[in-house]
Amino acid sequence: MKEQNDNYFYIPQIKRRNQKAALFKGATIMAIVFSVSFLIFFLVDLGRSGYPAFFQTYVKMEVTINEETVENPYAAVKGKNLKIASRAWLRDLPSEVKQNPTWMNTTREHWVLANSEVDQYVKGKESRTKQNDRDYVDELKEKGFVELKFNTIFLTTGDSKIPENSGIYSSIIGTVMTIIVTMLIAFPIGVMTAIYLEEFAPDNRWTQIIEVNINNLAAIPSILFGLLGLAIFINFFGVPRSSPLVGGMTLALMCLPVIIVSSKASLKSVPASIRQAGFGLGLTKWQIVRDHVLPLAMPGIMTGSIISIAHALGETAPLIIVGMIAFVPDAATSFTDAATVLPAQIFTWAGMPEKAYLERTAAGIIVLLAVLLSMNAGAVYLRKKFERKW
Amino acid sequence: MSTQTLYLIFFGGLFPLMFLGYVLGRQKAITIRSQGIKMHSQPDQYGWFGALYTGLPIITVGVCGVFLYLFGVHAIPPTMLLAAALGVGALTLGLLVKNIQGTTKARDLVEDLIKGMLFTASLVSVLTTFGILLSIIFEALHFFQMQSFFHFIFGLEWSPDTAFLEGAGRADANAAEAKFGAVPIFAGTFYITAIAMVVAIPMGLLSAIFMSEYATPRIRSQVKPFLEILAGIPTVVYGFFAALTVAPLIVKIFAVFGIEAQYQNALSSGIIMGIMIIPFISSLSDDVISSVPQNMRNGAYALGMNKAETIRFVVLPSAMPGIIASILLGISRALGETMIVVMAAGLRPNLTWNPLEDMTTVTVKIVESLTGDQEFNNPLTLSAFALGLVLFVVTLVINIISVSTIRKFHRKYKVSTL
Repeated sequence: MKEQNDNYFYIPQIKRRNQKAALFKGATIMAIVFSVSFLIFFLVDLGRSGYPAFFQTYVKMEVTINEETVENPYAAVKGKNLKIASRAWLRDLPSEVKQNPTWMNTTREHWVLANSEVDQYVKGKESRTKQNDRDYVDELKEKGFVELKFNTIFLTTGDSKIPENSGIYSSIIGTVMTIIVTMLIAFPIGVMTAIYLEEFAPDNRWTQIIEVNINNLAAIPSILFGLLGLAIFINFFGVPRSSPLVGGMTLALMCLPVIIVSSKASLKSVPASIRQAGFGLGLTKWQIVRDHVLPLAMPGIMTGSIISIAHALGETAPLIIVGMIAFVPDAATSFTDAATVLPAQIFTWAGMPEKAYLERTAAGIIVLLAVLLSMNAGAVYLRKKFERKW
Repeated sequence: MSTQTLYLIFFGGLFPLMFLGYVLGRQKAITIRSQGIKMHSQPDQYGWFGALYTGLPIITVGVCGVFLYLFGVHAIPPTMLLAAALGVGALTLGLLVKNIQGTTKARDLVEDLIKGMLFTASLVSVLTTFGILLSIIFEALHFFQMQSFFHFIFGLEWSPDTAFLEGAGRADANAAEAKFGAVPIFAGTFYITAIAMVVAIPMGLLSAIFMSEYATPRIRSQVKPFLEILAGIPTVVYGFFAALTVAPLIVKIFAVFGIEAQYQNALSSGIIMGIMIIPFISSLSDDVISSVPQNMRNGAYALGMNKAETIRFVVLPSAMPGIIASILLGISRALGETMIVVMAAGLRPNLTWNPLEDMTTVTVKIVESLTGDQEFNNPLTLSAFALGLVLFVVTLVINIISVSTIRKFHRKYKVSTL
């Protein structure tokens, strides 16, 4: 209170006001810290639950291979071993033997894929393995007969009802095919629309309708594009259900507005003087666009397109509606085959009751996020490298 | 002949014919010019003229044939259609090349055709909107022929389990009548959206204020990627996280207080949905706040306000229309969000205020009723389109309001980004 007299400019509330200001600033910082720490927690949690899926338990055990066990592979391993060996591995044994004829009529030790419950137990997770099987596995472990090997199955097979035999290969192929269709449709149409609206369109009511419509389309929930795909593409045009073709077409329509808006912005940033110079030389509008404006706008267009394609890559809801969550063990070979995509595979696995699918789901997510983040990083790099300030 | 060979022949005919058009057109132009006749355009343009105007009739005939077939007017045998298309193409090619003269305005004609092509491309987006609208309305009308519209909007009970019997023609008097009262579904949708907004609005807005007002350019460029990553995470991943990490966590936390929570609860999906929307609201509001003119801030400083007061009493009020618009866009995004709620919120239509119980949303019901094995024409499947119609109308209205508000806001400060 004494200060009041010393300083003519003293405002009695200044301390409280400054405190409030600091508090407000603190709140804004807290919001950022919240988002960032959520992201870190989220990524760490995913990494922790997905990392083990990249390794799979193998057990060294005696396998008898003869005429009889090729007929009935479940007889190839005996007793307790049968309870820990993977049924999928045994099922594939006859075809393995066909490839390695020297295995015929031998009884020797092989590294056999363990089933998912044993695998979970070895990784120290919750498992439904019975106590005496656990003891047996512990015993084998002490002998050095149990090993965690890098999981190639996860990257080379498709979906399976047997957890240890399931992988993301077929869904990755499905994703690639779907995205190819999306790109082939969305990119040319999007860029053409942007060129029309930015360079050719007269400023009339119809053009305005198109522009407003594009803005609205960008904010329509993605699941409604799925309804469109189902009603128009599948039921009306007769495109095969679950195929990369119909999925790609649906996603293309979803990507279109984003590509159009970013391409338009990119075309707009090319200065008018370039166009005027072209007109001065007697070029037509199309010649100017093709030879001068478009090449200059290309980096921006590419950046926008990559970001929107990356968004489509992670999209699930419309694809579920057009049937791309079908159980697809083998990779699709044509654009009209039934296929599944990585996000849909993640969705399917997340709903599985077996615990072993959980880590595979997380591992699938890690793969998906790695792809998406590198695409986005690539787009940002493109923008940084080729961005021109006029 | 398989479809694939047909396509192969079609494109195998189309591109060589167009190439031939280019070569012949150009050749003809060069020949004419060498006779000393003045040409309207350059030889190359006659080439393009030949190529494009050869391709046009082929594609037109092909597309027309396909549409005739699809609308069931007349099924032309594919081989005949193919022959017709390529024949017409070859004929046009011959006529075109024959008729090229010095006065043929190849340059203008090419320009017109390209303009037409670009215009056609721009129609795709309009057709998409109409496609969505028509497909939804058409099927929704089917649904409302079977079920009353009034009951759908105001009914309190959703139990469509017996609807498939009707679809299968086995509707008997003993079976309970299927009920399509969507109020519990709408309530769940709005409730989860509200939870999401409770998280997203303060966090998003405060982040935007930090990014646009407090952050130095260096901090801004370091923090921005984090928000962009958050925005780029697929919703199915958020759904997985909500269902398998957040939901058990919430159950555990409430168990400490002796409150029982369900593993599928509205709270976990709402929170995660809110986090998903933070970067959305923050980047839109950031733009809006940054476009408030610096003069207004300077004026406030001159009156002795400190930074926080300037933001609260000057910057935010003048940015308010834009901020509200961005929040509205966030709400429309939350209403249409699918994967998080499908994975974490549950399937049971449940009219309750308790956020720890399971709930369902419009999008969940759409997914649920379209992934079963039922016939397409039963009320359960069609109810998806009725729900889709409601979703479409609500999000469309919100979008239109917010886009026009943002536009008005930018016009006020003479910046145009939208």
